[in-house]
Amino acid sequence: MEEKLNYIEAAEQPIAMHPKKFALWLFIVTVVMIFAALTSAYIVRQSEGNWLEFDLPEIFWYSSGIIVLSSLTFHWAYISAKKDNLQNLRIGMVITSVLGVVFLVSQWYGWIALVERDVYFVGNPAGSFLYVFTGLHGLHLVSGVIFLIIVLISSFRYKVHSKQLATLEMCVTFWHFLGGLWLYLFMFLLLNH
Amino acid sequence: MATAQSALHSATAHDDHEHHDNFITKYIFSTDHKMIGKQFLVTGIFWALIGGFLSVLFRLQLGFPEMDMSFLKPILGGWIDDTGALNPEFYLALVTMHGTIMVFFVLTAGLSGTFSNFLIPLQIGARDMASGFMNMLSYWFFFISGVIMFISLFLETGPAAGGWVVYPPLSALEQAIPGSGMGMTLWLIAMTFFIASSLLGGINYITTVINLRTKGMSFSKLPLTIWSFFLTAVIGLLSFPVLFAAALLLVFDRSFGTSFYLSDIYIGGEALSNTGGSAVLYQHLFWFLGHPEVYIVLLPALGITSEVIATNSRKPIFGYKAMIISMLGITILSFVVWAHHMFVSGLNPFLGSIFMFLTLIIAIPSAVKVFNYLTTLWRGNLIFTPAMLFSIGLVSFFISGGLTGIFLGNSAIDIQLHDTYFVVAHFHLVMGSASFFGLMAGVYHWFPKMFGRMMDAKLGYIHFWLTFIGVYLVFFPMHYIGIAGFPRRYYTWTNFEFSSMYTDLNMFISIAAILTFVAQFIFLFNFFYSMYRGRKASLNPWRSNTLEWTTPLHPGHGNWPGEIPSVYRWPYDYSKPGAKEDFIMQTVPLSATPESNLPHEQELVKLEKEIISEEEEVLIANESRES
Repeated sequence: MEEKLNYIEAAEQPIAMHPKKFALWLFIVTVVMIFAALTSAYIVRQSEGNWLEFDLPEIFWYSSGIIVLSSLTFHWAYISAKKDNLQNLRIGMVITSVLGVVFLVSQWYGWIALVERDVYFVGNPAGSFLYVFTGLHGLHLVSGVIFLIIVLISSFRYKVHSKQLATLEMCVTFWHFLGGLWLYLFMFLLLNH
Repeated sequence: MATAQSALHSATAHDDHEHHDNFITKYIFSTDHKMIGKQFLVTGIFWALIGGFLSVLFRLQLGFPEMDMSFLKPILGGWIDDTGALNPEFYLALVTMHGTIMVFFVLTAGLSGTFSNFLIPLQIGARDMASGFMNMLSYWFFFISGVIMFISLFLETGPAAGGWVVYPPLSALEQAIPGSGMGMTLWLIAMTFFIASSLLGGINYITTVINLRTKGMSFSKLPLTIWSFFLTAVIGLLSFPVLFAAALLLVFDRSFGTSFYLSDIYIGGEALSNTGGSAVLYQHLFWFLGHPEVYIVLLPALGITSEVIATNSRKPIFGYKAMIISMLGITILSFVVWAHHMFVSGLNPFLGSIFMFLTLIIAIPSAVKVFNYLTTLWRGNLIFTPAMLFSIGLVSFFISGGLTGIFLGNSAIDIQLHDTYFVVAHFHLVMGSASFFGLMAGVYHWFPKMFGRMMDAKLGYIHFWLTFIGVYLVFFPMHYIGIAGFPRRYYTWTNFEFSSMYTDLNMFISIAAILTFVAQFIFLFNFFYSMYRGRKASLNPWRSNTLEWTTPLHPGHGNWPGEIPSVYRWPYDYSKPGAKEDFIMQTVPLSATPESNLPHEQELVKLEKEIISEEEEVLIANESRES
């Protein structure tokens, strides 16, 4: 009797998510914590006075536009992949990668504009923080572009399509996150400089 | 979800055929969580010996300030001068490295790294971690970090010497002390690797616990060990990035000339160009990691203790839910109390009183946990295995060290006690020794699962009693020295008439410390001897309930040869009234034990059967539709 009952009693399957996607979200949490620490350090330091006042370079407005545009093109690529429109997927991803690089270049011009305003990495922490924010974000964006290119290559090898979206989805998540992170940093700087 | 299942399936298929690892893939670049856990353990033991040895060196200095240490010249070389005295700069380096090694390399990597890796897949019923490759990377980043830190010990200018907290400006300026040169640079590089290692590990632990549990293993059926490892990983994930941010700004200050932490400093009468920085900013960032780090160290030990105490009391853990809620409470509170390390940093006293209030709240979940340990022990059929003794020792330290935490958490009292040996006594008992005892309990308890052999119990008892008594002999007198005003991190404190009265007590502490250190070699012998020559273990030597004891004696890559067992009950069904034996494993369905089911469980059996019959109907309907 007991033996029979043993196997008709099925146990519940716990809720589960794609482990790699989940790990990516956790990685995003760590990046969030780094920038949360840095921006709160900025506020703490700013409240102590002796703070250099300067205008943010206008080019940051353009770079914000570029990063938003790249998120849109990437999303278009993603929707195309879902519909198995591989041509549009590749076009969308190439445009996104180019926009990513353009964003990095515009950030570089942002630094040049800062130097023109006599705001240097070494000097008053007000300027140093700005370089750290943009630099560290830029570094993450470089990793995002590399990730994009890896997915782009695998899309040329027909490894990305409506039945195999996990990597692409992770890339999209990461890219949107990086865009959102920049918008947060930019707004933070607009409000607190 | 579909992918998670297919991953499981592929692991099953993988396990069916024998595959042979060569030496390198099996013992060195292994992706098997069990081997990685053992790697962490052995590396942790190595670092514990180094950290312990460093403490013996500075205890010699503190206990016998006039001593001729020339006999240490073969090891320490130039750090002992011609008169046989220890170099004061090197003393600071010793204290710093002892702290860094013990907190990060032994009690974070050696404890969490070992047992999270080893136990999470085994106790939740998974083939391996979510990403074996990331797991391997986690160990090798830790290894690289260790190599760099080890090299820094042999630098001519010495390793980092600014205390394990490496406060700037001391740590930021090379001119400040010799240890702030190359030693500090290597410290920062090593810690960067360590942070990467912890984060890789932590991401893996969380992902695995959430996504790869076996059938039936709901969060309310998880062993408390897994809960503690899970919450530890969450704390690490949120706090280590902040340490990274703090260290990054410190690197910029040191190597690029920025002024995040530096302002208005004169060295040798000359003003430095740095202006506008804030040294207290570093303290805020550091302690935002530093305080949660205490719980990263402690929580796994508490989890291990819960498991060991319940098993060896032959009783269900008292207040399973209360334990989980307390751990959750500790996790959340650990992030809002950091400024209690900074009461004397010029912190606004009003802010101080808020942090004091939050700090004292931690006493509540901690007391709940202690109460639950004691009530689990209460009238249990206690079996005093070495692991059990170490767990009871942990509870003892947690109480005696925790009480002084209430003193130190009060900002008014902290002004008197700050940076004295009272603080040293407090955290060595509550965090250091308690976590170390948790680590030892874990090793003694899971050694049969790790190596398929038993450790010698008699040697275990000797090791326990020498260590337990030794720890109290070392740290209890420190309270008195601290209350009397003896400051931390001082090379000597004998220059004044009033301060030489501590020498006797310091001598006593030093002798006790050396004996305790020597006693650890009993463990070391037992550990390595039993690995090869120990008595062969039975499959479930402690008659325990959790899943790891359903695996073969030497589980292969994939842990279970066939299907992963399903889980039907919580892990603490010990001495259930009516049951044939005094333990019922998690894999035994409720319907198989009608004699011991409680009324509400009998209801569950009915409910389960209904669900199953419905599911079967759906299944049959689907099949007929498909055909």
